[in-house]
Amino acid sequence: MFVLIIDYGSGNIKSVYNSIKKTLYNFNEFSEVKVSRNLSEIKKADKIILPGVGSFDQCMSRIRKIKDLVETLKDEVITKKKPFLGICVGMQILADYGYENQKTKGLSWINGDVKPLKNFLENSKNFKIPHMGWNSLSIYKNNNLLNDITANDQFYFVHSYFFDIKHKKNIICNTQYGINIPAIVNQDNIFGFQFHPEKSGRSGLKILYNWLKLSL
Amino acid sequence: MLSKRVIPCLDVHDGRTVKGINFVDLIDAGDPVEQAKLYNDLGADEICFLDISATNEGRKTLFNIVSKVAESCFIPLTVGGGIKNNLDINNLLKSGADKVSINSAAVFKPSLIKEASDSFGCQCIVLAIDAYKDQSNYKSGYNVSTHGGKKKTDIDALEWAIEGEKNGAGEILLTSMNADGTKLGYDIELTSKISTEVSIPVIASGGAGKPIDMVNVLKKGNASAVLAASIFHFGIYSIENVKKEMLKYRIPVRNTW
Repeated sequence: MFVLIIDYGSGNIKSVYNSIKKTLYNFNEFSEVKVSRNLSEIKKADKIILPGVGSFDQCMSRIRKIKDLVETLKDEVITKKKPFLGICVGMQILADYGYENQKTKGLSWINGDVKPLKNFLENSKNFKIPHMGWNSLSIYKNNNLLNDITANDQFYFVHSYFFDIKHKKNIICNTQYGINIPAIVNQDNIFGFQFHPEKSGRSGLKILYNWLKLSL
Repeated sequence: MLSKRVIPCLDVHDGRTVKGINFVDLIDAGDPVEQAKLYNDLGADEICFLDISATNEGRKTLFNIVSKVAESCFIPLTVGGGIKNNLDINNLLKSGADKVSINSAAVFKPSLIKEASDSFGCQCIVLAIDAYKDQSNYKSGYNVSTHGGKKKTDIDALEWAIEGEKNGAGEILLTSMNADGTKLGYDIELTSKISTEVSIPVIASGGAGKPIDMVNVLKKGNASAVLAASIFHFGIYSIENVKKEMLKYRIPVRNTW
């Protein structure tokens, strides 16, 4: 299995790399993980991860700056149905539009918009923004991704904007923070995590293992 | 429900842990990488490194430490101490730090928080405030100090926190210089004053002596997280002890046992 993490100059990619590398030890087949923005590597990859730290508009502009990246991803993920995982902002940019700093067009792979949490939590002083720290998941729809994940498992979130999903069928899990925040979204071979699995201890490694195993 | 975080802090001097856990099963008690791994296994929700190296050489070893810790600890890692500019921040984030905490440098150059937040995102910029009680301060009653509390300023701690939030800090690490080292409990008044006025999370620091101190500052001080050093290092209380005490008072925790 060849896992590719897309490097588009955004955030702490090393942690994602480290966590995938560690998880791959659990697979018997020959496996490797690479960090690259090389289109030929993306074409060769069995699974693609799009990490993301920073803002929606920044991420989109960095991705669009890499020549033919969006087209290549579309071809591999939408047409060829390669397993794809977006993490945090890497998940948010799957949306139609994002409203961080300015209105920005996303990839429109999963319908919905990315909106500021504060507009939905205004009346409550109890909810600090960013939503930062460990939170649990409430299962909306069963999926093999959640094997061995229990109510005790918590995941590390840090975000001020959330993916307001248009079609409920795209939600696998929510997390509660004043409102229901989509934590795991899905459309066919495309998955997105609002939390950082690479920073979520054993629970995070468990869910990465499940994701890597999904289409084997 | 979002859990309240328990964060052990390790002081690192020239690549060695100064205050460390005195556990016999540690191969090298002065090794920050070993210490971090142990805290990770014991249920820390985050790990904080505070670099107190006096020299640049000492500071460079930190990058190596951070990168090694990031290979084995899959929880958030905050690094602070001596951060002066975006280059320092970039180096730390590239090594594997998730957040950096900025203290004195922000006082000397208030634009630093904004520059850092614009470049790296607010999620990784922690404004560290060392506050001390000042009776001539009629605003919040607390002023900001720098250089680990050695130098006092006439900046009001509350105004400084509000400005930090405006400039894009994603979190505040609030240390009470009066409570620090006393083991008599956190400064609840200070924590509550700051936390109710800013909308970003506040980590309470300084003064932890027993698990009930954590409960108090989380409940009455409205803190989002508690940071402590010696209470954990000397093995008097474990992270599990603290979390179990928190649970008794119905404070949500990440169950790690």
